[in-house]
Amino acid sequence: MSGTFSYSSITKKIWMSLFGLFLMTFLVVHLGINLLLLFDPSRELFNIAAHFMGTNPAIQIFQWVLFGGFIVHIILGVILQIQNWMARPKGYKISGTSEDSIFSRYMIYTGIIIFIFLVIHLGNFFVLKMQGAVPEFHHEGAGHMEDMGLLVVNLFKSTGYVIFYVVLLLIMGFHLDHAFQSAFQSLGLSHLKYTPFIKGFGHFFAIVITAGYIIIPLVIHFT
Amino acid sequence: MDLKLKIWRQQGPGTKGKFVEYPVKNISADASFLEMMDILNEELVAKGEEPVAFDHDCREGICGMCSLYINGNPHGPDSAITTCQLHMRKFKDGETVVIEPWRAKPFPVIKDLMVDRSAFDDIIQAGGYVSINTGGVPDANDIPIKKENADLAMDAASCIGCGACVAACKNASAMLFVSAKVSQFALLPQGKIEAKRRVESMVAVMDDIGFGNCTNTYACEAVCPKEISVTNIARMNREFFVAKVS
Repeated sequence: MSGTFSYSSITKKIWMSLFGLFLMTFLVVHLGINLLLLFDPSRELFNIAAHFMGTNPAIQIFQWVLFGGFIVHIILGVILQIQNWMARPKGYKISGTSEDSIFSRYMIYTGIIIFIFLVIHLGNFFVLKMQGAVPEFHHEGAGHMEDMGLLVVNLFKSTGYVIFYVVLLLIMGFHLDHAFQSAFQSLGLSHLKYTPFIKGFGHFFAIVITAGYIIIPLVIHFT
Repeated sequence: MDLKLKIWRQQGPGTKGKFVEYPVKNISADASFLEMMDILNEELVAKGEEPVAFDHDCREGICGMCSLYINGNPHGPDSAITTCQLHMRKFKDGETVVIEPWRAKPFPVIKDLMVDRSAFDDIIQAGGYVSINTGGVPDANDIPIKKENADLAMDAASCIGCGACVAACKNASAMLFVSAKVSQFALLPQGKIEAKRRVESMVAVMDDIGFGNCTNTYACEAVCPKEISVTNIARMNREFFVAKVS
């Protein structure tokens, strides 16, 4: 492979899409685990799942792949955006409004907000876990484990945090709405028959994932 | 109808430009936009002022020479037409019309509303052709081509290279133009032989010149006077990927 492959605009977009789709699969798994808090208010199922994710060796390796995926997606996104700004040093007096999707105009901004949320989110859970500052939860089968569910429930008792969390997730939904179909287009997967379905499924995916994440703090806060 | 025009005036490349207001009166609703510009220029010349420089040639919507970014739209508010096919009946009496040149780093302003679009020529020179020795005219249907592919290639080939896609794109990306030129050859057997080299070279030149990256907003497709589809961009992405990994 020549050097062009490493640096061309299309190459960057292909990597951006692959990592973006990979991060979407992570969102689905994460949502599945979070929803356990709604189905089991005793937090046992959620804590078992969190314990498994925190101790399973394969997941531990995968965690670094995921971290790498986030970093590459973010770095590529910033590089692409800087190049895009440089491509039009002088803007228009009246800017155009012909884009298909309004969210596509703001991907860098929604992306930066998601990144800030990710840092806060890791601070709330991951860092506390690393520091061993999470209260213990006793499970008859598996013995003692960390009560990650309690951390979640305590955070969602705060009205301010719930509002912050919901707003951030809506922004993530806007990002996803454009991202899904855009990833397929960048990978060259366009078809007269299937592309309308991919676009429709992208909207559906963004709504379902966002609603799924939002419903958890709302239910915990109001019950 | 009477209009208030706000036009970008710039003496030459690299000089500082500014918007200048020009009122125009008694313009026929049946006049074309460029005829309205001609009327303005005649008035300016009569007053001893410098006329507004703008690109135009065939005035039949096929040469791709006219440009103009009118009230936030390349080629004006109508769809699937070039500026020369735009008529004044699309505007309201008393309306303010803001006219700007295409804005992109690879399209520097030459004067007023004229921009240098030779960056597109550089991309074509990198591979937008088929290298064949000319001979006698081949018989029709000598090489069988699927009707579907012939139609898609013809659609892609209808790109007139006006640059509206670059002008509309928030990233000043030339992906729609380049993908149309790549597609018109990639879809046909005559173009397949050089397909890999073509897509690699044309994308490399496109990037080197400084066009932005495609973020799939599809503004290009929305403003294209020839309605070139963004499926061409997906095809070019595929062609590029295959060229690089095979």
